[in-house]
Amino acid sequence: MTTLDADYALRTDALGKRFRQTWALRDCTLALPAGRVAALVGPNGAGKTTLLRLLVGLLAPTRGTVEVLGQSPTTNTSQALSRVGFLAQEHPLYRRFTVADHLRFGQACNLRFDRDLAQRRLTTLGIPLDRKAGALSGGQQAQVSLALAVAKRPELLVLDEPLASLDPVARREFLQSLMGVVADDGVTVVFSSHVIGELERVCDHIVVLNHGRIMLSGDIDTLLAEHRMLLGPRTSNNLDRAPNVIEATHAERHTTVLVRDGGAAPAPGWQPHPVSLEELVLGYLRRPADQGAGSATRESGVEA
Amino acid sequence: MFVFRLDSGSGVPPYLQLVQQVRQALLLGFLQPGDRLPLIREVVESLAINPNTVAKAYRQLENEALVTGRPGQGTFVNQTPKATVSPAAYTSLRRGLQTWLDRAYAAGLDEQAINALFTSVHREAKAEDVA
Repeated sequence: MTTLDADYALRTDALGKRFRQTWALRDCTLALPAGRVAALVGPNGAGKTTLLRLLVGLLAPTRGTVEVLGQSPTTNTSQALSRVGFLAQEHPLYRRFTVADHLRFGQACNLRFDRDLAQRRLTTLGIPLDRKAGALSGGQQAQVSLALAVAKRPELLVLDEPLASLDPVARREFLQSLMGVVADDGVTVVFSSHVIGELERVCDHIVVLNHGRIMLSGDIDTLLAEHRMLLGPRTSNNLDRAPNVIEATHAERHTTVLVRDGGAAPAPGWQPHPVSLEELVLGYLRRPADQGAGSATRESGVEA
Repeated sequence: MFVFRLDSGSGVPPYLQLVQQVRQALLLGFLQPGDRLPLIREVVESLAINPNTVAKAYRQLENEALVTGRPGQGTFVNQTPKATVSPAAYTSLRRGLQTWLDRAYAAGLDEQAINALFTSVHREAKAEDVA
């Protein structure tokens, strides 16, 4: 058992999950400080949902450990989970239940449930409490799901693809509600997404997952400061071998290199440019499966 | 009340965008000593932005002595911003830039080329500053 650390909302150590022959998640070591908003990004099949389900105790690890708010979600289930809110993909609601039914149901099923808060939240958003869930718009269903998850007054909120099915307006409104919760309650949030564009304004922490492995993880501002795009003349050197090179793109006469050099002065002739979050994430997602966070490439290239 | 904007495509980190907007507003007089910046909750509501990001921007502005946070009341613009540019210096710089711009246009550069040139020289100057 790892030591209890109140500064971290969640920690995993060498976490792995195998389904039959396939490892959905491998060697996943993470630490998320409390109060952060973390995005879990990666393509479909990267292992995002598996990781989230491990965090909330819906799956048991094959290897390694998970610690959520200082407790294991699988051995200390009811205690640990009363402090965690989880919103599964597609905002699952009972279609024939009214919004008010959902609130009553939530109150009956949870140790802690602030029904007034949820009711106020939904009334402010103009969502009729007597309407059946199936008759609500996608955006309204998402808001009801969020209100239910938040009514538990969780310390950690885990959301699986909460933005996926929403149109741009509903997406913005959902994020406004979510950020409002963070501002009011200081709740730690982990949510998965494959849309990178809108993450920068809502997240301060990012975890990039691909092929069941963590490719990159950390504080966004720190990561952006550590990485740069270097633009220079077309080079015949095998840059992929250099230890700090994440990705090299060659054009006919120039080469663009994504480097993690901590802001060191580049070699003469190379012009440094700041890197955007999207470029950073895509750079790491394009790395082959055997290259974890920051490790150098082992590809054998031909020296020209 | 001061209103922040956020440009997702600019490549500038959101917290820095907020800081820059306050600095610029102070320079242009849109924000004056004693003015209250929006509460973190208000910025969060209007921009759908992470409250930690707003708090970080406000902390940086406090460190630069441009604003002061008063617990329970809000964040206020300071009486004497640290490094105000004197109107004379501002006018002279502006005039110099105008002259330079005229020369650049006369040499055949267009707006994009001018911006690229400015950005490139500015970056190099900053890089030398750091080195």
